[in-house]
Amino acid sequence: MTTTILRLKEPITLPVEAKSVSPDRFVGLRQEEVAALPVLFGRRQLTLGDLFAVEGDGTEKTVIEGDLSHIKRIGQGMSQGRITIHGNVGMHLGAKMCGGEIVVHGNVDAWAGAHMSGGLIRVHGNAGPMLGAAYPGEKRGMCGGVILIDGDAGPRAGERMRRGLIAVQGNLGEFAGARMIAGSLFVFGTLGARAGAGMKRGTIVALGEIADSLLPVFRYACSYRPAFLRYYLHRLREWGLPVTPEQVAGLFRRHTGDVTTLGKGEILVYDQ
Amino acid sequence: MHINGVEIEDTFAEAFKMRGARLIITAVNPRWALTAAQVTTGFGTSVIACGCEAGIEAVIPADETPDGRPGVSVLIFTMGSKGMENQLMRRVGQCIMTCPTTACFNGLESDEMLKIGGTLRYFGDGFQSSKRLEGRRLWRIPVMEGEFLVEESFGIKKAIGGGNFLILGESPEATLEAAERAVEAMEKVREVVLPFPGGIVRSGSKTTSKYKFLHASTNTAYCPTIRRQTESALPEGVNSVLEIVIDGLDEEAVREATRVGIEAACRPGIVRISAGNYGGNLGQYHIHLRELWK
Repeated sequence: MTTTILRLKEPITLPVEAKSVSPDRFVGLRQEEVAALPVLFGRRQLTLGDLFAVEGDGTEKTVIEGDLSHIKRIGQGMSQGRITIHGNVGMHLGAKMCGGEIVVHGNVDAWAGAHMSGGLIRVHGNAGPMLGAAYPGEKRGMCGGVILIDGDAGPRAGERMRRGLIAVQGNLGEFAGARMIAGSLFVFGTLGARAGAGMKRGTIVALGEIADSLLPVFRYACSYRPAFLRYYLHRLREWGLPVTPEQVAGLFRRHTGDVTTLGKGEILVYDQ
Repeated sequence: MHINGVEIEDTFAEAFKMRGARLIITAVNPRWALTAAQVTTGFGTSVIACGCEAGIEAVIPADETPDGRPGVSVLIFTMGSKGMENQLMRRVGQCIMTCPTTACFNGLESDEMLKIGGTLRYFGDGFQSSKRLEGRRLWRIPVMEGEFLVEESFGIKKAIGGGNFLILGESPEATLEAAERAVEAMEKVREVVLPFPGGIVRSGSKTTSKYKFLHASTNTAYCPTIRRQTESALPEGVNSVLEIVIDGLDEEAVREATRVGIEAACRPGIVRISAGNYGGNLGQYHIHLRELWK
């Protein structure tokens, strides 16, 4: 078998810490060894096999089925392979990951992709708060990689982001890209209020509406067709995002800020 | 050996090791992409006098370029890495960045990379910014028109320059017609360029001169007007000679271009196809004409 399958045995209501669910841990293990990997169930130490029916030896490809809303840290720190999840997932999905791919057919909770530095997270649902953001007290959030969200994302997506790409097809909560250091944050739906507050560098691209007017610390510069944006939109379209030819060829209004910090960030607003 | 009644001389073209780079130039429409490519490859016929040999490899449709705009791929050849860096800096900076609406991407993945956009960025005077996606770093340089987008590094690889063949014809008209047909056919071959004007050389050279201050002079053995005054390589009935020089990213591409070019050039009015060499002592590659069909 080339895929490891984990099926949740019964619904869970207590929080579970499952950072052992990662291709990096699974590869090379036999089925019973995968099932013996530790998880923290509430305050009790259990094994994966206690919560999941495990099928197949450990491989680079893992499929997980069930409502994992209370299971945290899946794919944390992973560097290779692919995790496919059929169901909702708890907090810290793919946090600190540096490679590989996570695909979720459901919603993800807060801190998905926090501090990630490489790889791809694709969510065919909504994302909670702090998507690709930095943990409290940390200076830098996401430092690389790609996060694609088909639905909406909660507040503070990309906070303190340093590098990488986040693209949200739905709406983006407030304070998106707050204190951003660099990187790119795309929203196809509505850009939430107070976007880019405190951002130094980086790019927020609003392809849809803006919930509130931009913060006054962003100054309008000009309307133009950014060449780099064509390159990004071209790539996003290849990933299956709904980029229209009009958006690719369209004019964007460039607002630079936040002038209370370095002021080299930008919010590009599609001129519809 | 004859093709369509044209003699293929039993000789070889002598070609040299060079370094090659590929630029992908895109612009708002084909006109501006081509304009930038033509300017970039201008004055790039001979590495000795121009610093590099350059030409347009192909026109690239919009759906095949990195930013989805019409593009042109350009190949540039130099004798070494240092020379390449120098030429790319000059040509990207002066010929592409200055041209309206253009962007410039690396078209050659290689272990050996030259930082070009990463140096040109300083033209932005502190307002430049970079974007990095999937390992590809692009620099955005603010310019009066908007922004110039250029890739941080460009790959270079070992390449081959100086592949050639000579078309010996009965008349200037027939010879030019044959050369034009050859160029048309060779332009379809990828990974090669024909760096001379329109792909054709009328003033081939030899590596000696009666003058001490000159390293090269006209190829007297193939000049019809002086055939009675010096040793000539021209058979009777030949009144005009044109040369086609080929640079390529690998030897196989140069061989293929030579083969299709010769086949297209073998037309009525052409007496012989020959090739230029230096006795086999200088170049690392010997392309024997008759072996191209084996």
